[in-house]
Amino acid sequence: MAQLNSMLSLRGLTRRFGGLTAVDAIDLDLAKGELVSIIGPNGAGKTTLFNLVTGLDRPDVGTVHFEGQDITGLSPERLAAEGIARTFQLGRVFGNLSVMDNVLIGAHTRLRAVKPAVPVIGPLLELGLALLRPASVRDEEERLREEVKAILARFGERLLPRIDQPAYSLSYANRRRVEIARALALKPRLLLLDEPTAGMNPTETAEMQALVAELKAEGLTILLIEHKLEMVMLLSDRVIVMDEGKKIAEGPGDAVRSDPKVIEAYLGHGLSGTSEQESAA
Amino acid sequence: MSSWLDYTINGLIVGNVYALVAVGLALIFGVSRLINFAQGSIYLVGAYIGWVAVVQLHTPLPLTIIVVAVAAALVGLIIERFGLRPLQNSVRIAPLLATIGISFVLDQLVMLTFSPNPRALPSQLPDVRFQVGGGTIGPLDLLIAGVGLTSALLLFVFLRYSKLGWAVRATAQDRDAAMQMGVDVNRVNQAVFGIAAALGGVSGMLVGMYYNQIDTAMSLQATLKGVVAEVVGGAGNVPGAVIGSLLLGLVESYGVAVFGTSYRNLFAFLLLVVVLVLRPNGLFASARQAPPEPLTGTFIAPSRPVRIPRWALLAAAAIFAVLPFFPVSFYVLQTLINAWLLGMLALSLTLVAGTIGQVSLGHAALLAIGAYTSALLSLTLSVPVGLSIIGGGLMCAALGTALISPSFRLRGHYVSIATLAIGEIVSLVILNWESVTRGPIGISGIPPLSLFGYDLISPTSIYWFSFTVMVVLALLQGRLLTSHLGRSFRAIRDDDIAARAYGLSLNRYKSLAFIFGGFAAGVSGGIAAHLYSYINHETFNTQQSILALTVVILGGLGNVVGAMLGAVALVGLPEVFRIAAEYRILIYGIVLLLLVRFRPQGLLGTL
Repeated sequence: MAQLNSMLSLRGLTRRFGGLTAVDAIDLDLAKGELVSIIGPNGAGKTTLFNLVTGLDRPDVGTVHFEGQDITGLSPERLAAEGIARTFQLGRVFGNLSVMDNVLIGAHTRLRAVKPAVPVIGPLLELGLALLRPASVRDEEERLREEVKAILARFGERLLPRIDQPAYSLSYANRRRVEIARALALKPRLLLLDEPTAGMNPTETAEMQALVAELKAEGLTILLIEHKLEMVMLLSDRVIVMDEGKKIAEGPGDAVRSDPKVIEAYLGHGLSGTSEQESAA
Repeated sequence: MSSWLDYTINGLIVGNVYALVAVGLALIFGVSRLINFAQGSIYLVGAYIGWVAVVQLHTPLPLTIIVVAVAAALVGLIIERFGLRPLQNSVRIAPLLATIGISFVLDQLVMLTFSPNPRALPSQLPDVRFQVGGGTIGPLDLLIAGVGLTSALLLFVFLRYSKLGWAVRATAQDRDAAMQMGVDVNRVNQAVFGIAAALGGVSGMLVGMYYNQIDTAMSLQATLKGVVAEVVGGAGNVPGAVIGSLLLGLVESYGVAVFGTSYRNLFAFLLLVVVLVLRPNGLFASARQAPPEPLTGTFIAPSRPVRIPRWALLAAAAIFAVLPFFPVSFYVLQTLINAWLLGMLALSLTLVAGTIGQVSLGHAALLAIGAYTSALLSLTLSVPVGLSIIGGGLMCAALGTALISPSFRLRGHYVSIATLAIGEIVSLVILNWESVTRGPIGISGIPPLSLFGYDLISPTSIYWFSFTVMVVLALLQGRLLTSHLGRSFRAIRDDDIAARAYGLSLNRYKSLAFIFGGFAAGVSGGIAAHLYSYINHETFNTQQSILALTVVILGGLGNVVGAMLGAVALVGLPEVFRIAAEYRILIYGIVLLLLVRFRPQGLLGTL
């Protein structure tokens, strides 16, 4: 059973692809306001785990609870409406949409025009509202645009001057920023960041690190996949290490860092034999 | 009992023929993730080359087969080299559109060379039947079975034991890895297109002999059947394609046995839609696969749309609005009326194919639904014509969306196949549902256009009416695009996974796009019905779907002004240059090919 103050709680989560077990019986608890990092070598199953939590993929075994509610196997649309936002490892922005529109999509679940969930009539009402655009809809759109500008301002002068440019014209680092801005526009209760600093230089990484620290200080609950260990150690309340789908270590950053199993996973299994011989000698 | 055996044998023989087409499609899909819509055209070319060889050159059968195989393979190599290789690094939609364009060009070339009239292609085998159990079998049946088995065997040996065959299989598994290992992917593509074309060509010739008749309508049917068989077997799966083909042959044959010949194609397309909905990866794929690779923002060409100032748009609208006051001929007005009707269809398609990225190849079916609804409402229920046209639009929005909804969970090329099949189903239902649609006789005596009790008979009034309707639809669509819905549609097109992760339901928004687009197409069809006063199941055909697609690409995908500009250009320019009607489809196909190659974003740019 999930802990009382637990925001997200995974129990025995397992996903197999043919003969490969990408995620193997993972248990994980994330308290409100906590920042937990998942580290591990490439192919350890970190992104698959994110996909299972956000509904893009379904587990073969195991459960996902969000704020005490069983959300296992719910669609990503539903989970977005519940307040779960994520970024993608490969930077999935909407290439032909402007920066403004990309981030506005993040606020989609909050739109009043989208709300009527009545079958058949709901979508038709949405179409009607989009065409007629009464004052309430216009005001809401205007308000959201201001909100987007405020979110973009968190990235300094990186995105604001490019607000009307299509996302395909942005640099790689800026696309990652747009993704995070889009996630923030959802006003998430749980934020999953998949390698937010991939492909960034040290200055850009430091900026991103400061932003994530800020979000944490604001009380946002964050699950972070990251390869840059310095950032992980600095930000995380706890670190979880995955290898070949399994959780091999969990705990405060320093403890995890010196765990022999973690070192073995990072150095590679082929090398572990030699290191044993060396220590024996 | 004996007839049951006959139907089984017939099903297997026909299935063997489909297999020759489907195996080629599967090979091509395997190495280049492309559904080759030109495969049926190669089959057609094969049939006509066979006719030339048999009837004009009097070649013996083995030589005929070799001639057809070699000539068809050459056509395949030309398609690969000049049609597709230049598009290797372009957006995913480009090769799809290119094969559609190539298909039209080839079909038209055959039609212009040999005339559209059917020809007899005599079998060169003696006409005897052998008694087998309770059924009979002829030498041609044995030949087809033999060719099928021999090519399967040759293909197996090639893929298994030759170096090039290894390269083909390696490329199919992982193109990038194969390239890094030094596989010449261009040679692999050449080999695959050559083999696929040779098989397709021979199959066309055999079918021609089997029915002792060839005509240019064979092409589309062959593509559809081959694609059905291939998808049923699992796209890119060569043995699957063979089994899918035999299954399709049997389903059709038993269907014909129980329900009659006119239902043959209906069964094929229903099988396709059922398989696409229930098992989109084919019957033999494992139930759940890893989620597909990200396809971010590569479906349509990125571009900066041309911004047309508001005054220029107003001026253009004003010029077209006052045009009838000037001494223009009836002919000019008639041409522009056609352009406005096509413009409405293009508005619909540019929303569906451009804005939300569902490249529909069955859009003419929407015209048909609108036309039949409006015609029947005004004829049988005496609904005033203005209202019946709106009724046609609404019916099209509702029924069209419901019919196309099975394709909502598909992506990319599969959407095109599904919409093509759904379009064919609509046309077949119209043909067979005689109690409502009057079947093959069609509907005649449809009342002329009228508005508030006044008949619109003069070209001037029809011109104004259709122009106004188009402009109103365009303004509504423009308004839609600037709302949150326009943004949502485009987000789904660019990356449906990311869109879902942000709460956008694909079913909901694809439905809304088809509802809005369906209304415009239905209105266009409705108006057309009252202008023509006679419609039947062939009035709205695939050629119109392709023409609308060319218009949309020409104007720029998703571009509202572009759709109208494209319609005027494609309807108007052939008139200006007095191009004979039979060359027009050829020109549209060439225009589509040139656009895809040199200006994929169209004249005004993708929105």
